[in-house]
Amino acid sequence: MRVVGKPLPKVDAAAKVTGRALYADDIALPRTLHCKILRSPHPHARILSIDTAAAKRIPGVLAVITGLDLPIKFGILPVTQDERALEHEKVRYVGDPIAAVAATEEEIAAAACDAIEVEYEVLEPVMSIEAALQTPKDERIQDYGGPNNVHKLVALEFGDVEGGFSRADHVREDVFFFQGNTHLPMEQHSAIATYVDGKVTLWSSTQVVHYVHRALSKVLELPMHRIRVIGAAHGGGFGGKTDPFAHEIIVSKLAMITGRPVKCTLTREEVFYAHRGRHPVLMWVRTGVTRDGRITAMHFRSALDGGAYGSYGVASTFYTGALQTVTYDIPAYRFEGCRVFTNKPPCGPKRGHGTPQPRFALELHLEKIAHDIGLDPVELKRRNFVQPNTRTVNWLRVTSCGLEECTDRVINASRFHDRERRPGHGMGFAISSYLSGAGTAIYWNDMPHSEVQIKVDRGGVTAYCGAMEIGQGSDSVLATIVAEELGLQPSDIRLVTADTDTTPIDLGSYSSRVTFMAGNAALEAARKMRALLVEAVEASGRRIDDVTFEEASMLAEARFGTLTTAGSYTPPKIAGPYKGSGVGPSPAYSYSACVVDVDADARTGLIRVNKVWIAHDVGRAINPLLVEGQVEGSVYMGLGEALMEEQAFRKGLHKWPSMLEYKSPTFLDMPEIETFIVETIDPEGPYGAKEAGQGPLLPVPPAVCAAVHDALGVWIDEIPVTPEKVVEAVRRKEKGEPARYGPQRFPPIPYPPTIKVEPPPKDAAITAI
Amino acid sequence: MAAELGPRAMFVAGGTDLFPKLKRRQFEVDSLIGLDFLPRAIRNRSDECVIDAGVTLAHASHDPHLNERFSGYAQAAGHVSSPPLRNAGTIGGNLCVDTRCNYYDMTYEWRKAAGFCLKKDGDICLVAPSSPRCWAVSSSDTAPMAIALDGLVTLVGASGERELPVTALYRDDGDRYMAKQPDEVVTCLRLRRSLNTRSAYVKLRRRGSIDFPIAGAAVAVELDGDRVESCRIVLSAVASYPLEAKAAEEFLKGRRLQEDVIREAAEIASKPAKPLDNADLSHFWRKRMVRVVVEQALARVSDQQPGLDG
Ligand SMILES: Cc1cc2nc3c(=O)[nH]c(=O)nc-3n(C[C@H](O)[C@H](O)[C@H](O)COP(=O)(O)OP(=O)(O)OC[C@H]3O[C@@H](n4cnc5c(N)ncnc54)[C@H](O)[C@@H]3O)c2cc1C
Ligand code: SF4
Repeated sequence: MRVVGKPLPKVDAAAKVTGRALYADDIALPRTLHCKILRSPHPHARILSIDTAAAKRIPGVLAVITGLDLPIKFGILPVTQDERALEHEKVRYVGDPIAAVAATEEEIAAAACDAIEVEYEVLEPVMSIEAALQTPKDERIQDYGGPNNVHKLVALEFGDVEGGFSRADHVREDVFFFQGNTHLPMEQHSAIATYVDGKVTLWSSTQVVHYVHRALSKVLELPMHRIRVIGAAHGGGFGGKTDPFAHEIIVSKLAMITGRPVKCTLTREEVFYAHRGRHPVLMWVRTGVTRDGRITAMHFRSALDGGAYGSYGVASTFYTGALQTVTYDIPAYRFEGCRVFTNKPPCGPKRGHGTPQPRFALELHLEKIAHDIGLDPVELKRRNFVQPNTRTVNWLRVTSCGLEECTDRVINASRFHDRERRPGHGMGFAISSYLSGAGTAIYWNDMPHSEVQIKVDRGGVTAYCGAMEIGQGSDSVLATIVAEELGLQPSDIRLVTADTDTTPIDLGSYSSRVTFMAGNAALEAARKMRALLVEAVEASGRRIDDVTFEEASMLAEARFGTLTTAGSYTPPKIAGPYKGSGVGPSPAYSYSACVVDVDADARTGLIRVNKVWIAHDVGRAINPLLVEGQVEGSVYMGLGEALMEEQAFRKGLHKWPSMLEYKSPTFLDMPEIETFIVETIDPEGPYGAKEAGQGPLLPVPPAVCAAVHDALGVWIDEIPVTPEKVVEAVRRKEKGEPARYGPQRFPPIPYPPTIKVEPPPKDAAITAI
Repeated sequence: MAAELGPRAMFVAGGTDLFPKLKRRQFEVDSLIGLDFLPRAIRNRSDECVIDAGVTLAHASHDPHLNERFSGYAQAAGHVSSPPLRNAGTIGGNLCVDTRCNYYDMTYEWRKAAGFCLKKDGDICLVAPSSPRCWAVSSSDTAPMAIALDGLVTLVGASGERELPVTALYRDDGDRYMAKQPDEVVTCLRLRRSLNTRSAYVKLRRRGSIDFPIAGAAVAVELDGDRVESCRIVLSAVASYPLEAKAAEEFLKGRRLQEDVIREAAEIASKPAKPLDNADLSHFWRKRMVRVVVEQALARVSDQQPGLDG
């Protein structure tokens, strides 16, 4: 291959690093108005009245709107349409939007927000999972779900779990907690809208132009063809820009009212409130193993602190139970999940969506089981590795799987088994898996998940796709695939992406789906285009290899007229035959393994990460440079979550909504990373490619905890592993108490009766069902 | 000029502390008086070193002479925040840097939601509601070191020029933390210690860069042979002013800086530190860490071992 597999720079690298890329906040249209949003100072309150009269009188203020102007509810999932762009009845977290101002200057808009009088009836806030399970003192946060502040309950059982446990020689239970954290993208959310000739145009820093398009249509009550959503250059999302957001709807509405462009760029503090980050999850897991370490049954319970709204929460809840089986062959499996509402910014998808928390619990739990039965943890895990081309007990289809090779790579490179033994030094190992795109769309439909059109005219090639470049390299992958097929360089391909007027649909940059799905669509479109060129050249009596691309394209245009081709990708229908089976299936799974090397100080609890070895099965690296970038970025984020990041609250408020106080690692805190790319050439991925953007984060937190245990002999069963927790665990160990820091118990949860699902037959086809 | 403009005016040097606070409306002023006109030289003399207030932290941390003779001071300057802020921030500004509290270093909107506190716009302390005072934390990295090195500052104001020990710049009050007159400008810092002074600064913070100290120890010792003739130990970020560990200084006098002595001295030094729940990580842990940073700073002056911050 000519360009696939080459470490070429990103096609948009120069524009990004030289500051010439046009981010939403850079767009400065004439007569733009600035929008500021008044937000709730209370975590939980009824709104009795909103008086905007004084704000409206301030010179320079052109419009002030409240929830009465935008009463229609929206939400990313069709089942939880529970958000309003502006709330006029009730606020559910500090930061919930109440009113918005469009003014000639940002300062005037801010002053106008300050001049809005809101009368509240303050309600008792619900700030923890435990509290949400109790009868509310005043009232429930949302008026659906239940009992109490429970949002969603699930209970599924696959295979004979009781039988599995009774076959076991050893059974162990553990409780873990993974604290919530946020995405912290460099670029704050920003959106600017115009209203011209009866049409709204919105430029936004979003990961999902299509879903924003749908939400705008619903709330603004405009047909989709009168709305255009364009993804502006993007400064990072990590899942934090995957919902339709209030400010996107607000600027559109204000543009409609004022007839002028309206812009809103969230402050850093507001980004912490927009959130949709990692759910805090409390987990309980019970596993039975045989004497030689084979898993006989597993029972996994999760309780997710969802924050105030639904967001992706129903999917997140299922995800905390879905992928355990994709790495380990678990013959009988029971999952009970619960999501609660609390008076905090809503949680949603962050890199790894709902799976880093259970992965942390699962890996540490197996580590402990290995210690119990005197087996090397790597060996125990290995004995249970899932095999390629199988179906899991919960019906997930596993095709290519590089777990063995990933494990070999990192274990050998780190010399894990003959690591240096000195006080305070330790190594930890963990594995993981992630989807290469969700197998089902957010809203139920039979249409493709990604579509690409290619136009060739007199030597120029343009590819059109709804895919949104968010820094992960989706533009580069599209250009590379089209270039490969047409015999060009990626820089020869012009791209038009993420514009609902001009590009065909792509569902968006989430669930690690773009390379796989848009890539397959691009491949199909490009191959069709190549076929046209070949046919035209051969009709002229020559061979495609003997003519330049320009010549070929002119011959083809002369022969066929306008040259366009299209391709699309629809994932195979492989979900299992049960309710809730839509979360988890993917056309392919990536695999990772990692080893973390630490020095931990028993006296101070300080941990220094010396090195991380990570191997990632990406199927095929379409661009190894981008894969390494994603892997390293994932390790960075994983270490931040493992060691310091914390979406903490005090007295109903976010404790530190600032980049200085919310601790996330700096360059100086990053250890050396050695990355190994493992290629298993997936049968369905474009050129065999799978995902790389999320999976490599997952093994990092459990590997850190395993390393801390290796170093100090204490278990930290709670993320983040802060020095004070380590010190406390060491104190307990020295006093002869259990050498552990972590949650003591899992609360009683009113799970519904378990739905029993027959596992797939042993010889289940691995093709679509 | 400052005297005429009164309390609605503030001096600005590098602006690295001031500008973010203006944005968060922690400071609300009508006028800023730029201090760009202040000289920016480091003057070395045989028995002292005079650093102009306008010298940047980056300049101070790289100055060869300071590194050689007042290495603790150069270390402290080099550990402030991050490289871009050290390029702009000045040593004068660092001496006058506002005290910190995570109920106070927040935006206007956040403070309004939390309820204003007595350091700005309110009348109670949210950290210690029963206390009539503010407990915001002195967070300068260089001030403790300047004190340990017997530093003197020159102040120039409407009523003339005066020189006083750096210690005398501060009060035990998180709100009105400076003892100088508001119209007085710090023009220079004079460090004097004899040639056999050894000094070190060890800073504790969560990350390798950017973060303010959550505990720190500035140590300067003069040795007579292998015994301590005199020494000063000043702690950062554990009180509303740079806290001098006097008992530990007394204890060390005449002793050798060996492991057990250092450990005991550090234990004594940490006693008066009373961190509260208004900075990063738990105050219990921070309190525990005071001993560690003092030990490391003493170990560093005894045999130049690196501390927590490498
Ligand atoms: C993200 C971040 C991290 C930081 N981390 C640290 C840290 O780790 N350690 C630390 O010590 N500081 C830290 N700071 C604070 C600040 O950057 C430094 O203290 C810096 O030295 C301040 O100097 P400046 O010249 O920028 O002061 P300015 O911001 O200009 O002024 C600070 C204060 O001093 C007054 N002032 C300035 N110069 C004089 C003078 N000559 N005479 C009288 N009054 C004067 C001003 O009126 C103002 O009240 C940090 C700041 C930020 C934003
Ligand atoms: S210590 Fe108390 S008064 Fe001082 S800033 Fe903090 S909350 Fe306010």
